[in-house]
Amino acid sequence: MTAYLIQRLLSMLLSLLGVSILVFWMVHLIPGDPALMILGERANEAALQELRQQMGLDQPKAVQYARFLSDLSRLDLGRSFRTKGLVAEEIGRHFPPTAELTLAAMLFAIVFGILAGVISAINRGGFWDFATMFGALAGVSIPIFWLGLMLILLFAHQLDLFPVSGRLDALLDLEIERRTNFMLLDTLLAGNLAAFADAVWHLILPAVTLGTVPLAIITRMTRSSLLEVLNQQYITTAYAKGLSQWIVVGKHALKNSLIPVITVIGLEFGYLLGGAILTEHIFSWPGIGSWLLKAVEARDIRPIQGGVLFIAALFMSVNLIVDLLYAYIDPRIRIQSAAV
Amino acid sequence: MGIGIENSLIDGYWSLLRHHRSALVGMIILTVFVLISVSVPFLVTHRPDEADISKRLAPPSRTHWLGTDRVGKDVYSRLLYGSRISIKIGLVAVAGSVLIGSLFGLLAGYYGGQIDNLLMRGMDILLALPSVLLAIVIVTILGASLTNAIVAVSIVYIPQYARILRAAVLKVKELEYVLAARAVGASDWHILLTVVIPNCLAPLIVQATLGMGAAILDAAGLSFLGLGAKVGQPEWGLMLRDHFTLIRQAPWTVLAPGLAIFSMVLGFNLLGDALRDILDPQVKTT
Repeated sequence: MTAYLIQRLLSMLLSLLGVSILVFWMVHLIPGDPALMILGERANEAALQELRQQMGLDQPKAVQYARFLSDLSRLDLGRSFRTKGLVAEEIGRHFPPTAELTLAAMLFAIVFGILAGVISAINRGGFWDFATMFGALAGVSIPIFWLGLMLILLFAHQLDLFPVSGRLDALLDLEIERRTNFMLLDTLLAGNLAAFADAVWHLILPAVTLGTVPLAIITRMTRSSLLEVLNQQYITTAYAKGLSQWIVVGKHALKNSLIPVITVIGLEFGYLLGGAILTEHIFSWPGIGSWLLKAVEARDIRPIQGGVLFIAALFMSVNLIVDLLYAYIDPRIRIQSAAV
Repeated sequence: MGIGIENSLIDGYWSLLRHHRSALVGMIILTVFVLISVSVPFLVTHRPDEADISKRLAPPSRTHWLGTDRVGKDVYSRLLYGSRISIKIGLVAVAGSVLIGSLFGLLAGYYGGQIDNLLMRGMDILLALPSVLLAIVIVTILGASLTNAIVAVSIVYIPQYARILRAAVLKVKELEYVLAARAVGASDWHILLTVVIPNCLAPLIVQATLGMGAAILDAAGLSFLGLGAKVGQPEWGLMLRDHFTLIRQAPWTVLAPGLAIFSMVLGFNLLGDALRDILDPQVKTT
């Protein structure tokens, strides 16, 4: 297990190094002079030259990359030329809203995905199976930005059940001190239950939008995995003992069938981090996705570099954790990796 | 393998496909889109760039079947022109990633060693980023345009095909008939083209069909974020971007393009899933 962990950590570091090279090269690949982009068209040559020196752009590429890595090791991701703020601090501020949204989307996808998958599997070939499978296929085919808009149109504009955008009602927002920037947590810490309920209310439509694709994939995976387990002899034995379907499925089959589902859940976290960019854009959610998008629009290179590296590191860490969890749950993998 | 046997195999698959419910629905949807895209000039009621500002945001009517947009352009006609763009995006992006990905996979699997290491580490870097984010990075470097969005989407999906081909090559490489072909002096490329590639066509076809849907979705997403099609192009994602703030006033401007993307992607996914059922016996359990 330790050998497996070390091997995985090393390959993750290698990939991260690769991403850092890609991100470093972005500055040189983007057409135009970075100094000119920062100071604007009207800057004089002396100021441009000074900034180029400051940024190390006059140094050889290898030196620049070494400097980039050494800054990175101190978590110094530079400053945004648009907001003048430190990139690392901005990531710290914008990550909690994204994490909150992603976790809520995942919770929605896991709960309803497993439920729908089970219903589909035990009704194999029947109407509910067909309906669920068609729903799942529609879920992976729908553009999530359009789904979000449709949810806003129906539930916010027509039925007036949910807010259109944002994380909290503007008036309540004034009362809440941002300690963690996780809105659910901050409202609870403030002991303001009305604000907590309002934060949950604001979270529902974005979370459903973002969670739809993982929901569809988890549903399909749960169904096929459960069907495979239901064909095993021990399940026949359980039925032969006279146990009810709910006990056989709930107690004997589901647990074993969830092992591959966990891998899918892990992989979907990566999707969520990407999908969050679109979802945050629609719902004016102040997370890392919409922050990164603003940086891209302004070609603000430091936040783009920092944001991409941060998301890549996060994505790879989640994958690593899922793999370890998988090995922990499934003893066969543990034994295999021990043998490596 | 004789030509007669090949033909009967194709006939067999075709018959399976025709009798597969979701394959049939998928094929019908896609046929409708292809027919629309080739006969656009006969079907439209207005030119896609014809704007009548006095009729802006007009609801569906007899002259404007799906209403007009914020500058008074006919939504129905633009939607039809958009089908051409989306099909082009899907075809070009997937063709690019299949060609490059397959080449990388073939080289990595067949030659192994350093080449394999180098290529597959490169693929790992591409896989280290969520696909939307990677596409955004590439478009940022290349500049925002529809062509660059297609290039970006194409690059994003290269690793999938590289992995499929590499795995297939590794499996086939040591088979006796490949060793026999090599023993009688067949060249590497001859073996790759006549033995290896035909053996990995099935997973490649499945992945490419599903990939078309994914490419169309991703490219529409990039346009929606303002990183794809240029202002004025009748691209579905861009039509959504231009009107999503008007959703309350003029819902038809948002409903139609979204439904179009959804149905085209659904068509590819239905067909792709069916092809997987038919061509890959391993997943037939479901």
